[in-house]
Amino acid sequence: METLLTVLLILGKSLLLLVALLVFIAYILLADRKIWAAVQLRRGPNVVGPYGLFQSFADLLKFVFKEPTIPDSSNKFLFLLAPLITCVLAMASWAVIPVADGWAIADINVGVLYILAISSLGVYGIIIGGWASNSKYPFLSALRSAAQMVSYEVSIGFVIVTVLLCAGSLNLNEIVRAQQDHGLATSLGLPWLTFLNWYWLPLFPMLVIFFISALAETNRPPFDLAEAESELVAGFMVEYGSTPYLLFMLGEYVSIMVMCAMTSILFLGGWTSPIGIPPFTWVPGVVWFTIKVSLVFFMFAMTKAFVPRYRYDQLMRLGWKVFLPISLVMVIAVAFVLKLTGWAQAG
Amino acid sequence: MAAAAFFYLFAGICIASAFMVIAGRNPVTSVLFLILAFFNAAGLFVLIGAEFLAMMLVVVYVGAVAVLFLFVVMMIDVDFAELKAGFLQYLPVGALVAIVFLIELVMVVGTLFADPASLQVAAGAVADAPAAGVTNTQAIGQVLYTQYLFAFQAAGFVLLVAMVGAIVLTLRHKPNVKRQDIAEQVARSHKTVIELKKVPSRQGV
Repeated sequence: METLLTVLLILGKSLLLLVALLVFIAYILLADRKIWAAVQLRRGPNVVGPYGLFQSFADLLKFVFKEPTIPDSSNKFLFLLAPLITCVLAMASWAVIPVADGWAIADINVGVLYILAISSLGVYGIIIGGWASNSKYPFLSALRSAAQMVSYEVSIGFVIVTVLLCAGSLNLNEIVRAQQDHGLATSLGLPWLTFLNWYWLPLFPMLVIFFISALAETNRPPFDLAEAESELVAGFMVEYGSTPYLLFMLGEYVSIMVMCAMTSILFLGGWTSPIGIPPFTWVPGVVWFTIKVSLVFFMFAMTKAFVPRYRYDQLMRLGWKVFLPISLVMVIAVAFVLKLTGWAQAG
Repeated sequence: MAAAAFFYLFAGICIASAFMVIAGRNPVTSVLFLILAFFNAAGLFVLIGAEFLAMMLVVVYVGAVAVLFLFVVMMIDVDFAELKAGFLQYLPVGALVAIVFLIELVMVVGTLFADPASLQVAAGAVADAPAAGVTNTQAIGQVLYTQYLFAFQAAGFVLLVAMVGAIVLTLRHKPNVKRQDIAEQVARSHKTVIELKKVPSRQGV
């Protein structure tokens, strides 16, 4: 009986989180297009609902009511499995992300590793989709973006290691808590300036590397080589339409949100308020978390608007020859600094 | 009760998908079943409380090794009729390996049933169980970087040698290929790149 109740509670929480996440993503999609339009002096979607606020829902209906076409020569089971994998895996990451103090569906000890594991699985949706389509362009593009994701995962891993060294825990809640007590603000004697304690300041180069790697990891511009229209038509999703295509797009945006959430948890203090004195501390953590995630996403959208696409060899060079050595050196440097100064937190 | 149910679920899927790896006709589906088997093995690790190992299994094997397998299998064009042709020829060797494995497994499981204490003694000789309150990430780190430091570094060295070997085998500098040197491009200035010539009238350069 008790087990059943726990299971029902987890189900309820997951459902709540998913609904909130999907509605948030509907508006994030709209914001993405609006920001992009604003940079290019256009209006963006503004017809469906006031200021185009219902645009994403209209798009959803459009996709769902289209006829799904499955290529005759494709491997039908895998063809339909691929978008499901992408979407489900992206959503599975949210199980461990704390949206407020302790508000995670699964507050597990190895939360960071779980996110890494799940995001390293995301590549399967792309490879399987590209292969199962049994067509040249999707296949080439699937190989491209698989290689891209595998490359940038390495530097993301090292960036996360530096944060873990500072925080002394693999639990996402603990990482957020570790950012509150030590840092510049505390050593200045102004402990209420919490935002100076967060890791974005001491680990600033890592934040930059993490942000750029996150763009590459989620196939966002300027690294959207998977769907470079001029070379590969529309990437690994050429053969997809209707709901399967919708699932791919949804999975992509959910994993973008995961990356935004990870940036704000690892570097921007997660759910904590930027200033640790009353009117700010009264605001619930989930609000701060949403604000931070939205700000990081704003940067994602701006990057999309004003950076030209990388060439493939440049992308690989950046990942392997620039980010990997820098992040590797930083891991060693951070470890040395923590050891020599005794700043390492007893974990 | 719930743990046992999950154990049988994970173990069952693991064995079934391992069987499908060798039974599948298409190599790509074989690799996909291999991934499913890895994934369920990770589930088994979680059940015995080794969550760090479980996550590492997924990150390393599923996220990296199996991706490379999949790459290779998708790129090469395997002709299965040809592969199946030599099946009987290699059967004795395969059967020998299988029999050796079977005997070893029977011996291990046999000792477990005959004398359950023997295995615990063997396990206790390797490492002590971590103290309460220590997460298994820390527990692994504490033995790996103290007791097994040399083995750990030797393993790292073997991997380094393998990596250098792979690079040496594939890296070749072709003479007539133009490559982009970004440092050189950034270091260019108008002084070295642009040459201004005063061209005398009616004479050309």
